[in-house]
Amino acid sequence: MSETIHIETTINGRDRAFEVAANLTLLDVLRDQLGLTGSKECCVVGECGACTVIMDGIPMNSCLMLAVEIDGRDVITVEGLATDGHLNALQQAFLDLSAPQCGFCIPGQLMSAHALLQRNSDPTIDDVNEALGGNLCRCAGYLQITEAVMVAAKAGKE
Amino acid sequence: MTSNGLVGSSPNRVGGRDRVTGAQQYVADIHLPNELHAKLVKIEEARARIISIDTTKAAQVPGVRLILTPDDLPHPMPRFGPQYQDRPVLAVGEVKYHGEPVAAVAADTREAAEEAVALVQVEYEALPGVHTIDAALDPDAPLVQDPSSRSGDPFAYSNIRTEFNFGWGDISAVEGEADYVIEREYEFPMVTHFAIEPHAFIAEPDGDELNVWSTIQHPYLLQKILAKMLDLPLSKLRIFAPDPGGGFGGKQHAKLEPLVSYMAMKAGRPVRLVMSLEETFQAVRRSSTRVRVRLGLTSEGDMVFSDIETNYLIGAYVDIADRVAGKSSYVAAGPYRIPAVKIVGRTILSNTTPTTAFRGFGVPQITWARESTLDEAALELGIDRLDIRRRNLPEKGFEFIPGDLPADGDWSQTVDKAAELIGWDTPVPEGRGRGIAIGLKSGPTTGLSYSTVRLLVDGSALIFCGTSDMGQGARTVFAQIVAQEMGIPIESINVIMGDTATVPFDQQTSASRSTVLMGTSVYRACKEIHGKVKTMAARLHGADEVDIEVDSGTVRLTGEELPIVDVVREGLGPLGGEVIGNGEMRKEKEPDHPLAGSAAFFEFNCTAIEVEVDGETGEIQIVKHVTVGDVGTALNPQQVKGQDDGAAIMGLGHTLMEVIIHDDTGRIRNLGAIDYRIPTSKDLPLELISASIENKDGPGPYGVKGISEGSLLCTAPAVGSAVRDATGLVIRDLPLTPQRVWEAMRERDRA
Ligand code: FES
Ligand code: FES
Repeated sequence: MSETIHIETTINGRDRAFEVAANLTLLDVLRDQLGLTGSKECCVVGECGACTVIMDGIPMNSCLMLAVEIDGRDVITVEGLATDGHLNALQQAFLDLSAPQCGFCIPGQLMSAHALLQRNSDPTIDDVNEALGGNLCRCAGYLQITEAVMVAAKAGKE
Repeated sequence: MTSNGLVGSSPNRVGGRDRVTGAQQYVADIHLPNELHAKLVKIEEARARIISIDTTKAAQVPGVRLILTPDDLPHPMPRFGPQYQDRPVLAVGEVKYHGEPVAAVAADTREAAEEAVALVQVEYEALPGVHTIDAALDPDAPLVQDPSSRSGDPFAYSNIRTEFNFGWGDISAVEGEADYVIEREYEFPMVTHFAIEPHAFIAEPDGDELNVWSTIQHPYLLQKILAKMLDLPLSKLRIFAPDPGGGFGGKQHAKLEPLVSYMAMKAGRPVRLVMSLEETFQAVRRSSTRVRVRLGLTSEGDMVFSDIETNYLIGAYVDIADRVAGKSSYVAAGPYRIPAVKIVGRTILSNTTPTTAFRGFGVPQITWARESTLDEAALELGIDRLDIRRRNLPEKGFEFIPGDLPADGDWSQTVDKAAELIGWDTPVPEGRGRGIAIGLKSGPTTGLSYSTVRLLVDGSALIFCGTSDMGQGARTVFAQIVAQEMGIPIESINVIMGDTATVPFDQQTSASRSTVLMGTSVYRACKEIHGKVKTMAARLHGADEVDIEVDSGTVRLTGEELPIVDVVREGLGPLGGEVIGNGEMRKEKEPDHPLAGSAAFFEFNCTAIEVEVDGETGEIQIVKHVTVGDVGTALNPQQVKGQDDGAAIMGLGHTLMEVIIHDDTGRIRNLGAIDYRIPTSKDLPLELISASIENKDGPGPYGVKGISEGSLLCTAPAVGSAVRDATGLVIRDLPLTPQRVWEAMRERDRA
């Protein structure tokens, strides 16, 4: 059994303290230990973006991080986007524009988009395509995803 | 009554909310108490004789509960497959392709299972294999499958699995009428599905029953296969099939479910196997092809004959590859009026990943060759590429494949629309080129779909059906049909799928069938409810049933119109309850038909492309991409566009970048996302237009036809045609990578 380490972190706005195995990735700990299965596992090499979470405002591939790295950090996963069961503007736009087909890539797309909108509330289409360029969608709903991000950005401004 | 969710509108996707909150549960998200984690033992060879498997060290890893080797399975080794029972649960005696599992470990944790896998010692002797068409057809080639397992098969002593012969007319009789004959050969590479959700399976023994969770598209076919292998009654084998995270055909048929089931039964505990993306690459791919087209035309461009030979390089086990090859070869001549056609198709076994269904079901490969050859002919004859297609298109109702469904649409409308949207008649801007191509695929040839609709006392409804919603939006469309027919808001409808103990039988989710076949079944279930409501209304109002009409949410009595739900609420009385309707849609086998069934409908698409080719790098920029499909009726226009856009972009994948690369011994060199590229948001056409032709002339409810595959059928030839138009280069192999285009340019400049 590998060594465990005590970490203190904020996940989806909630302070948490727990032990994690030193060798586990953040993705594994989110999915298997914390039951936050919204972050998805696909390539596990940082290429598909299905596992994207936001740490201190920056989108990260959680499959490439060790869980211990979130000690003292603020983490948002897809489960943290809605408040009290109300979708945020980005989620609502994804839903309204039918951006999700199978949905498997969508949590990662949402997290990359959320991080983009946090740092740039008025993105161009190119900004969106660039920010989401690391999120693969084999259903290829790219046009709908980009449009949804643009709609959400507009909604955020109003 | 609300108009929300009616047929022809685009309500929010049913199941969409869970897809944006992360609540949607895919197989890998499901955990069972006491579960074990399985990992596969594989060797780094494409073909090898297994000498021994030593599990001693692996068994000592703490937490390891089970190591399954072929010796632990019944003798002879159980085999399975949708067409032939040729795939063993574990490789037996010989590994036949790179990544074929030779053993498996189940442990308390993933880490323990991984550690143990590394300690299983497999002694083997590498053997020469075949992984190209030429190598497999060499008379001295090693045989992929043991001839003794193919007794009575004339090809048993070769790597040819099956030969298909289709056609009509007599080429030799009409050959003289052709002023011009062209013969070309085109290649289509190996590509893989790359659904973002890797395949995952869980099996749980439960007394004398077995529960299996799978990312499968066809839960009922899986149930049939497992029940037979495990000798269980269907009633004791329950398949849970949560919505797959993308299927595209790769998840149609059983893969490792038998292995995981044997492991769970042996361990007496639930066993889960979540495959890696690399392992998923080693489980599914599209057949690569070499297609030769010989086409005879008059000098005006009328087709006289078409003589086509298709070769599909399939894997070591057949899976559904023979059907893919047969069904796509059958339509190889395309949607044209041709007096004489001869088609010879062939599947060729090789020591490569077993090939399976993949969006388009063999048609993209064939279409690349046919449409590109037609283009070359048009150029040589000096005929416009649009005109040569237009003049050979059949009129609606014309039996262009004798004995099959006649042309089921006014296809010239589709072609004209694509031409108009690309601006075919306008001058091509400097440095660019345009191309156009047509794709045709036959829809399902058989079908059986049952459904149940329960209209509840409060006016809400439940739909039970065995379709898999893997992104195409089946739930939404079925809910729209019920919303329309019952006159209730779509938000009050729940669609239950993915559990064989709960939903009635459905043959499968494939061939863009579900809206047409299951849609008809759901529509009929609604009609049964209408009948019961009519009886109810007659009783309540003392009227004669013949004077009552029930339709689209409304009960019409003489002088009065009432919402169905009001009649039902009153009619059910104080005890409440519900009105249940059952639907059934059958498309029977036709034993005399070459495919054992004519097409339920055709998917007809025309794609037009404008490109710019970088003269320095060979890079192709898709400036404009137009795809038009004949959909009959768009029940949900937003979802139709989503499917068309998605398929079009997927088509750009195999056209521009995707290819599986093998080394000399047949090992895959580009396993996984780093080295196998698929389109991203940065690879899109500058402009993508998906349009539909709607004449309400499909066989499904409200005149719907199947969609979802159309817009990738002819992406490659349309792009190839545009590249040729821009550069003069004829490239007969895919993908059209910058390197390939650059090399072709360099060769041209040298010449
Ligand atoms: S799973 Fe992390 S990037 Fe693919
Ligand atoms: S919605 Fe299916 S992979 Fe993106």
